[in-house]
Amino acid sequence: MSKVLMKGNEAIAEAAIQAGCRYFFGYPITPQNEIPAYMAKRLPEVGGCFIQAESEVSAINMVYGAAGAGARVMTSSSSPGISLKQEGLSYIAGAELPCVVVNMVRGGPGLGGIQPAQSDYFQATKGGGHGDYHLVVLAPSTIQEAVDLVMEGFDIADQYRNPVMILGDGMLGQMMEPVEFRPLSSKRELPPKTWATTGYTGDRPRNIINSLYIDPQVLEEHVKKIYQKYEEIKKNEVKVECYNCEDAEIIVAAYGTTARIVKSVIQKAKQEGINVGLIRPITLWPFPTSTFEEWAQREHIKAFMAVEMSMGQMVEDVRLSVNGKKPVFFYGRTGGMVPEPNAILAEIKKVIGGVLR
Amino acid sequence: MTKVFTRPKSLTDKPFHYCPGCTHGIVHRLVAEAIDELDIRERTIGVAPVGCAVFAYEYFNCDMQEAAHGRAPAVATGIKRVLPDRVVFTYQGDGDLAAIGTAEIVHAATRGENITVIFINNAIYGMTGGQMAPTTLIGQVTTTTPYGRDPGKAGYPIRMSEMLATLEGVAYIERVSIHDIKHINQAKRAIKKAFETQLAGKGFSMVEVLSTCPTNWGMTPVEALKWLERNMIPCYPLGVKKEVK
Amino acid sequence: MTHQIIIAGFGGQGIMLMGQLLAYAGMLEGKNVSWLPSYGPEMRGGTANCNVIISDEPVASPIVTEATAVMAMNRPSLDKFEGAVMRGGLLLINSSLIDKKASREDIEVCYIPANEIADQLGNSRVANMVVLGSFLAKTGAVSPASVIESLKKVLGPSKEHLIPLNEEALKRGAERVRECVNR
Repeated sequence: MSKVLMKGNEAIAEAAIQAGCRYFFGYPITPQNEIPAYMAKRLPEVGGCFIQAESEVSAINMVYGAAGAGARVMTSSSSPGISLKQEGLSYIAGAELPCVVVNMVRGGPGLGGIQPAQSDYFQATKGGGHGDYHLVVLAPSTIQEAVDLVMEGFDIADQYRNPVMILGDGMLGQMMEPVEFRPLSSKRELPPKTWATTGYTGDRPRNIINSLYIDPQVLEEHVKKIYQKYEEIKKNEVKVECYNCEDAEIIVAAYGTTARIVKSVIQKAKQEGINVGLIRPITLWPFPTSTFEEWAQREHIKAFMAVEMSMGQMVEDVRLSVNGKKPVFFYGRTGGMVPEPNAILAEIKKVIGGVLR
Repeated sequence: MTKVFTRPKSLTDKPFHYCPGCTHGIVHRLVAEAIDELDIRERTIGVAPVGCAVFAYEYFNCDMQEAAHGRAPAVATGIKRVLPDRVVFTYQGDGDLAAIGTAEIVHAATRGENITVIFINNAIYGMTGGQMAPTTLIGQVTTTTPYGRDPGKAGYPIRMSEMLATLEGVAYIERVSIHDIKHINQAKRAIKKAFETQLAGKGFSMVEVLSTCPTNWGMTPVEALKWLERNMIPCYPLGVKKEVK
Repeated sequence: MTHQIIIAGFGGQGIMLMGQLLAYAGMLEGKNVSWLPSYGPEMRGGTANCNVIISDEPVASPIVTEATAVMAMNRPSLDKFEGAVMRGGLLLINSSLIDKKASREDIEVCYIPANEIADQLGNSRVANMVVLGSFLAKTGAVSPASVIESLKKVLGPSKEHLIPLNEEALKRGAERVRECVNR
């Protein structure tokens, strides 16, 4: 299939449809409005259903119902709306329902702004809602990658019965790039949804979608079972890109669109004779801990630096992974400000000067 | 020997956890009987609330989903849109439906979601120990209105059936009571009609059932039934609030 | 070769379309492209701008901070983006709406009376295509034919009749820029 030029938000919506998603429940918020608009137009064409819900709270609970009924279902929002969805996400994780949730992050806290940000990293990777659970968090840096990850995200959700979050930002949603809708390279054996509430006809046990376990012993067992699943996910699903690390003296950790800016910085730095590497986590949860561990042991790597559109969130996971073997620095802009290549480069030079002195 | 009384097929054999004299058990049975009589159990999916009926998924002998507090109409919407040929109902209390879930019920109703809602109004929060509900009567003592509900401080009782009956998406709403046999029979007819409304694809249907909470009202079951009749019915008049023929 | 382009003007001037056509045309020519719009309240009635990258290499950052070319369609755009042109880069100024001269000495500046030319063609709305024509003639970033093909795709069959007008606007912009003497 040939390439088409598409906005990130629209490409993500089309990818969901091509992945078999037929149900979408959402609520308007900038900068992700093209996703529900695209779904409202396209889903009826493929026999699906779009509802503009009365709130993000309702939308995520419609997702709960539809996922529980066995459908591939998606919702999307941006930061303040994703906060409202946290209740539902906790229930969905607790009830082990598969779904895909898109967060086109904007600056916060509060109403914040509408420009791109990465300040929802903690919320996305550390739980967000109440209780012991994780989302699988995928962070694309190009529109092509966003499309591929949305399609694979539905498979991951179905395989592990766990919600998957696509963590983008306003920039990724609004920009256009050529994109190709192609079948996934890896075919997964997906378990049949025998647990779905489709009607109790007597040919299987009664199905109940539920996250209530009033007996603490039983609840602990349930959570432990979910965490066994998370161990499997950690083993199987980590995705990470290492770029220009072989000869680097410093490694920058960045994800999403920030990683693209860092790649520009790396090219600039090369011209000045500075070798900078990039580790780009593609899965933010599970975090590519071992990749950082490995590079931290290399002699030629003097330091790490996380660059984020936040006040420093992923840097905590970088520090945990590097585990004191090398110093870890941070540079970030927030509130919708995008770090400038020259500023990042200046920061890198400062670190190199300091570490090597 | 002829069997004259048996458990509806649509109830499991799990004993109810409800307090002595609580009327949830009666309403569960009425819902189950309606499902049995319409022979729709195999294609019915229920949604349980948060509140005393939180374990309803253990009692109704059909596929069930347990919703977050107040979100049952949104969950039911998701199910019904995926499985339009199934029968979907929610079972919600007054805190669930008329307080935290007000947006969800109003918008499910105005969309004309083809679902059935069983709304239990006992004018109090039961599971959390007797706090004021949006439907608590003026002057009624609860743990959070220890001097009686004062409208100057806590507002007035909310009449959900009348409110929702103004919406075009609504096909059928009736308020019933279970304080005596005659009214229980009427409640049964209403619940069955609500399911029939859904089966006919007419849109949103709801039955509000005036119920008792002897434990948190601090009454014997018999006193509670009398109190319901004397105090609740004047505030919440019985009858059909809307019916699309 | 990497073209890093900023196009700016006010809402309604077809700023976003100019950028999309460039990106589309670049894609048709097998190049790596990205298009990044400004978004938010400033789009509604205020200034609008977009960044376009057309490159032989994969596009790293889609943000243009040092532009090989800036197209300024109104005065606030000139004020905002003159400084973003890299040394030796190109600045195209819509002199129909901008009476100010550029202050930079280290870049190439061309003044195109785009609205006047568009008016001569009978439709002031193609002023954007005039400037785009100038840009293509100066840089050769993509061919005018690819831009027209992209425009056909964007407009759809119902607006096919507008193609000759737009073709003419591109041509007139190209002619005008050849007459341009720097400063």
